[in-house]
Amino acid sequence: MVDHAAEPVETLKTGTPEDAAAYLLEKFPGAVSADTRPGFQGVIVDPAKLVEVAQTIKDELGYDFLSSATAVDYLGYGDHLEMVYHAYRISGGTALNFKAQTDRENAKLPSLVGVWRGADFQEREAYDLYGIHFDGHPNLKRILLWEGFDGHPMRKDWKEAYYEDELKPFDSRWPDGGGVHRSEEKNVFGKNVRYPADFDLAKLTDISEESLYKMAGVDVEMHAMDDGVRTDTLVVNMGPHHPSTHGVFRMIISLNGESINTLEPVMGYLHRNHEKIGERNTYLMNMPYTDRLDYLSSMGNNLGYAIAVEQLMALGPRYSPPTYRAEVIRVLMAELTRIVNHLWSIGFLLNDLGAFFTPMLYANNEREKILDFFEAASGSRMMCNYMRFGGVFKDIPERIKSMATMVNDRVRDYDTMQFLSQMINERLPRFIDEYDRYLTENEILRERCIGVGVLPAEDAINLSAVGPLLRGSGVAYDVRRAEPYSIYPELDFDIVVGKNGDIFDRYAVRMQEMRESLRILRQILPRLEQTKGEPIVSGTQAYSPRVPPGESYGRVENPKGELGYYVVSYGDDKGTQNPWRYHVRAPSFINLTALGPMTRGMKIADVVTILGSIDIVLGETDR
Amino acid sequence: MSSKELDLKHVHDTEFPLPAEMQGNVAVTSLSRIYNWSRRSSMWPMLFGLACCAIEMIGTAASRFDLSRFGMEVMRATPRQSDLMIVSGTVTKKMIVPIVRLYNQMPEPKYILAMGACASGGGPFKEGYNVVSGIDKYLPVDVYVPGCPPTPQALLYGLIALQKKIDGQSLANLDDVPWYGVGPSEPAPIPILGPDIIDPRQMDLIRRQAELAARGEPTYVRELPPVVKKVKAVPSKVTKAAAAAPAEIAEDPRREEILKRRLAALARKRARDAAKAN
Ligand code: SF4
Repeated sequence: MVDHAAEPVETLKTGTPEDAAAYLLEKFPGAVSADTRPGFQGVIVDPAKLVEVAQTIKDELGYDFLSSATAVDYLGYGDHLEMVYHAYRISGGTALNFKAQTDRENAKLPSLVGVWRGADFQEREAYDLYGIHFDGHPNLKRILLWEGFDGHPMRKDWKEAYYEDELKPFDSRWPDGGGVHRSEEKNVFGKNVRYPADFDLAKLTDISEESLYKMAGVDVEMHAMDDGVRTDTLVVNMGPHHPSTHGVFRMIISLNGESINTLEPVMGYLHRNHEKIGERNTYLMNMPYTDRLDYLSSMGNNLGYAIAVEQLMALGPRYSPPTYRAEVIRVLMAELTRIVNHLWSIGFLLNDLGAFFTPMLYANNEREKILDFFEAASGSRMMCNYMRFGGVFKDIPERIKSMATMVNDRVRDYDTMQFLSQMINERLPRFIDEYDRYLTENEILRERCIGVGVLPAEDAINLSAVGPLLRGSGVAYDVRRAEPYSIYPELDFDIVVGKNGDIFDRYAVRMQEMRESLRILRQILPRLEQTKGEPIVSGTQAYSPRVPPGESYGRVENPKGELGYYVVSYGDDKGTQNPWRYHVRAPSFINLTALGPMTRGMKIADVVTILGSIDIVLGETDR
Repeated sequence: MSSKELDLKHVHDTEFPLPAEMQGNVAVTSLSRIYNWSRRSSMWPMLFGLACCAIEMIGTAASRFDLSRFGMEVMRATPRQSDLMIVSGTVTKKMIVPIVRLYNQMPEPKYILAMGACASGGGPFKEGYNVVSGIDKYLPVDVYVPGCPPTPQALLYGLIALQKKIDGQSLANLDDVPWYGVGPSEPAPIPILGPDIIDPRQMDLIRRQAELAARGEPTYVRELPPVVKKVKAVPSKVTKAAAAAPAEIAEDPRREEILKRRLAALARKRARDAAKAN
């Protein structure tokens, strides 16, 4: 395919996305066109040439990392389904955004799994929720819902059972609040269910389980092992109720002796329809929902969403960027969140290794201290709902106070700055060193982690792995550096990378990242002092702001990896109050693409540790 | 445990006067009381987290809030060994099937605590197409704990409320302890994943609806309470007059009768209380 050997390949691989788009337009006349809708970027590719163009983007233009692939339904505006891809260079820079359109009736696109394997789960999701068939996909099955579900729920004309109105706020609740009712009273069955008109109970067969096992490729042949012993294939089902799957995650594993032949992740047990609800909500209403994605790091989720919507607002005339103090507070919260998350995930990795709960209890002690601060600042320990477009919800309080509400509880009343500086300069560094000393040299930990669950760097990039999983494999990719946001450019910190890409490296990356976070926080403290009293939010805060039409992809480096929000405002030239499309590129979800390849050939006993080392959270995986 | 540590006042349940020197060692009690006391003091919850609320549940069990003060720290990963299912998070249609199975596998007596807005009624995700609007649509709930997520304090309060509930159960009353009735208990019917989730208890209703739809007749729809829009009060002479003289409340013919009975009941109660005081 690459017959442009005469091209100056090196400059192609470092040019801007605009250069890349120009190159594509020239190379594929007729098949590639620029996206001219106001506020939209990138190119639209003819489905017939999609694979070829994608290969060019990857090989010739150097966009080797596919961050996000998602679908949008433009019902009433051309009536097509559109697949949107965001590709990045692992060396940094902004996204090349390309799209392919297909009609809604017979939705069909070529699969890009052959180019980026990271597209695997995302295409399955688009098939599940939008009904787009991907030609050439190796395993095109529903991923979040069950096989046999009626319809493709993210399409704009699909109405849920408790459907009330197209957009919020609903007329029945607003402005008078007179028509509040419970949805079950409206529904015949009193439940959140709806059956198709031609539904025949007599003919019903529940195929959901059967198809799962079929998908896992379960066969019952005899195998000869290396040493000539003949064994059966054994199928083990783990989850969705299993103490070590970190939530309602399920795996169907087929075993040859003790080693793993195939591992098929099954998810969707916590699929709670963020995106469908998000399209009905106003922009601001989505903020508390983002808390519930990765519920261990709600502040980070808030930040990503705020950035995505701010990017859109910047297209309009009356936009003022967040104030400096707001940015300082945002980074403070984001880095504290990283520590909270890594404490938790290391604690639970140790749980998975069999050190049942003791390391986790130690880590939790420190985590609770940070949660106290979150609670004082935002009012909630976990679901902070703290960021706003253009700033944050409230300044950090003068004092951290709490009443003693329980036995064993103490009345707390500290000066916030003192509390923070004591925590950042003394308490946490001491704890992390101590924790490191107890764990890192531990023989069991080293024996069970070193060389287990190896993910080579090329595979990691190709599988769209992000966060500590990617960095553990030795790829220095961190959104804070690759495409900096907020005030990260002026802060001094290192990106931590591993070498071998095994569990131990991921663990070590997390441990060291906490130290780097503390380093950032130490630079944040004087900035907090300096900006005391400055405004924490820019411009006037509208309850339901009008967001100018366009698309944006805002991403942040969340503790679990790159978290992206794809937000589209569409349908009204003056701007919209509700997003047309709200998609979350969840690191936990896409990182799981790597679980199958990583576990192949490993022992069954290592599955939970490998899973634990990816650090997933199901709220975000299933959304 | 030595008898000194065992606080007998929780167990003691009688008017029977005990000699002072025996009070630390001997308790005279009813079977119900000792049975309830031992059960409520060793509730074993199932180790089973669903969503964000599960993190707070773990937080409750962990170092700071320390669930073991209530004898509940023994989280079992298998339903066969647990007494209490804490439904900690959003119940989805895909997940309700395993949850009902797990519930059926728990030995009786068993209890369910719905933790958080989602488990109690769907919470923020109620409208979602894959969300069950409350675990009580499928399983009986004993205690609801509000919050999103409930703080560990709230969860502890809910657990204490459950203990109170257990204290109030009498072995003499089969409504309280149905598991001592004759014959095995009915398992909860397991939902089926069809085009949407199907509750086996609603099969007839679903079939009837499908027949109506097949015949082209309108399916039965529940009547919604009418949307009452509050109209801004216009101060007119008529409304003012109405406010000045509220319409006579229609006299209930049974009013006299009811009042008389209530007063009589009150008098009886007073007399009883007075007799007790003497
Ligand atoms: S009640 Fe709130 S915190 Fe609990 S599971 Fe539901 S959304 Fe999460």
